[in-house]
Amino acid sequence: MFYREAGDFKTSYEADSQTFPIKFDRYRFWAVLAVAYLVIPFIINDYWANAILVPFLIYTIAAIGLNILTGYCGQVSLGTGGFMAVGAYAMYKLMTAFPDVSVVIHVFLAGGITAVVGAAFGLPSLRIKGFYLAVATLAAQFFLVWLFNKVEWFYNYSASGQINAPERFVGGIAVTGPNTDAWAKYMICLVFVTVCAIVARNLTRGTVGRKWMAIRDMDIAAEIIGVNPLQAKLSAFAVSSFFIGISGALFFSVYLGAVEVGEAFGIQKSFLVLFMVIIGGLGSIFGSFAGAGFLVLLPVALKVIGVDLLGWPTDIVAHLQLVIIGALIMFFLIKEPHGLAQFWRIAKEKLRLWPFPY
Amino acid sequence: MKLKTLAAMALAGTLAAGPALAELVIPDLSYRTGPYAAGGTPFSDGYQDYFNMLNARDGGVGDEMFRIVECETGYNTEKGVECYESTKGEGALVYQPLSTGITYQLIPKATADGIPIHTMGYGRTSAANGEVFNWVFNYPANYWDAASVMVNYLLDENGGSLEGKKIALVYHNSAYGKEPIRTLENLSAQHGFELTQLAVDHPGQEQKSQWLQIRRERPDYVLMWGWGVMNQVAVQEAANIGFPMENFIGNWWAGAEHDVTPAGDAANGYKSLNMNRVDASLPVFDDIRKYVHDAGNAAGDGSNVATVLYTRGMYAAMLAAEAVATAQEIHGVAAITSAMMRDGMEALDITAARMEELGMAAIGPEFSVSCQDHGGSGLGIVQQWDASAGAWIALTDYIAPDDAVTLPLIMEDSSAFAAENNIEAGCM
Repeated sequence: MFYREAGDFKTSYEADSQTFPIKFDRYRFWAVLAVAYLVIPFIINDYWANAILVPFLIYTIAAIGLNILTGYCGQVSLGTGGFMAVGAYAMYKLMTAFPDVSVVIHVFLAGGITAVVGAAFGLPSLRIKGFYLAVATLAAQFFLVWLFNKVEWFYNYSASGQINAPERFVGGIAVTGPNTDAWAKYMICLVFVTVCAIVARNLTRGTVGRKWMAIRDMDIAAEIIGVNPLQAKLSAFAVSSFFIGISGALFFSVYLGAVEVGEAFGIQKSFLVLFMVIIGGLGSIFGSFAGAGFLVLLPVALKVIGVDLLGWPTDIVAHLQLVIIGALIMFFLIKEPHGLAQFWRIAKEKLRLWPFPY
Repeated sequence: MKLKTLAAMALAGTLAAGPALAELVIPDLSYRTGPYAAGGTPFSDGYQDYFNMLNARDGGVGDEMFRIVECETGYNTEKGVECYESTKGEGALVYQPLSTGITYQLIPKATADGIPIHTMGYGRTSAANGEVFNWVFNYPANYWDAASVMVNYLLDENGGSLEGKKIALVYHNSAYGKEPIRTLENLSAQHGFELTQLAVDHPGQEQKSQWLQIRRERPDYVLMWGWGVMNQVAVQEAANIGFPMENFIGNWWAGAEHDVTPAGDAANGYKSLNMNRVDASLPVFDDIRKYVHDAGNAAGDGSNVATVLYTRGMYAAMLAAEAVATAQEIHGVAAITSAMMRDGMEALDITAARMEELGMAAIGPEFSVSCQDHGGSGLGIVQQWDASAGAWIALTDYIAPDDAVTLPLIMEDSSAFAAENNIEAGCM
């Protein structure tokens, strides 16, 4: 009824090829942004920021990054944790070496450094595919974690090997360090998520994204129609690592404030982000949001229900969490292999015909 | 979307329930799951049982009841942050995360929020400098003390000289395991022994190559900074390569019953440090059994009473309860706040008479805390596992660390931290 193309006339090519061709979608998009920017910062508290929204936003960026590589370009990667570590340690070195430069610039630089590292580890993808590539990226994961543990220069020779984010300001407001307000943490992550999502969305709609998808769908055919696999695959690795690096930098500096590479960026992190992408939906920006939201919120929700409402012992709830999340992952993979994003698509299809399906 | 609203509703419900003010809220960031659960469970049991015993026997401290809020961290820093954020609003008095990684997270956060942290024998060693770390306490001992105590013990065994000896350090490859390295390096330069470092990655089940290297290099002594499943594996591997157990010394987190029992008789003779005496006949355990376990309020399954880590958890709770009492005395109010709790911790004085009075005679060293020194006395004992008796036997009395080695390191590290974070050193 209200969700339809009919009556929404496009008079220019720009209007015709915009991200949300349906008017209702556009309004909804602006409404979500308005709530995110104009409502949440005023009502947010420490718990919501540190336990739910900031990790959600940061994991979303990581999931967008991995989605570009795995979902759009078809290159399986298990190195996400390692690349996040590159972002985090690059951020740390930049923050401590150039304290007068804005952290916003540092975050982008950290992303850039990660992009270079990611592209270097993407080189094997030109020769190997599928499982074999997954193993090659797994090597990147273990190598990078080992490197940051081994070489003391990366953690400024501190006794414990921990890196700590010093206090830094954006426009006079602390965004890293212990005295950061909940809304400031949330806002800086939100700005980065917004920028990353818009950039990613438009990259995937354009020439670059179409090349990636051509490679994903059939690399030989793509090569025949003139897609350069070297360029396409390496650009996918670089762009994906850029986003993952940004998420790693924010993860360390804004969210946790102190990290230890083996604990924070281990292989579990790679799998977690991969699960987010798979559950959310491969090849979908919305899916990255949905997957990250699902895997960040679900453990917290289960904990709140189990421990705080029902009063069960904490260890039983923690074990149940594993069981329930595992079962849900299997359920989704069987019932909807395209992830949460597919539910969204189906819902939109249905909405178009509602209330008069024929 | 549905899930989000559900979670939001649930959260709103719990937040609305709100803090009941006239209580002493003690959060217990425990871990009863994951690869470190074997150590986390008995510690948390002892910690909770002691507070519950005080509630049942004495009606809390100063007629103010304790309320324990348990939160499962799984030794994971992200979950630790979530636990911290969800419990701090309830009026938490003191945090004891039992994880060096989580401690590093919480030090800046808790300092900003004005809640003290007590990291008993773990965490950031340089927090012993109370003028920089106003809100962090690590009495009665820290890792650098432990390293120094170990070396002092070995010096004693070798007639005062370790010249030309080879000592290997097997450590958990994390902030926790790396802490003692700098001290040991200094000590190795000072006493002329050769130090080999062997890192074991989380969680520590894979140590074949490290022990192969030990077999090849034949060090005279192996020291270990291990935790969780890593300890059992290390003891087993040492037995497999036939390393003499009496030359294998763990720190105080690598010396509990569950670390040695899986290796059976092969573990006989394994040594470790301890900051407590293990004594199952202490009267306080009878009180815990009578007031808590018999009433059906035991934390966990109640099977851990008087084990090494249960004792240590209980000891941690005792130190917290004593700090509460001290704080009540200083400020003259029963319902203390976290800031008052900090004052209580800073004025804490544990004497032998007081420990005896509490039914735990000689459980730990005597020590007192001051603004300058948040680290306590740093004493530790060496204990040895007797596999046939199934018990830890204390070999020594409390051994003192070499403060001349640890103190300059503490000053160096804490002043680096102060410079990094623009902290003006001084008392509160």
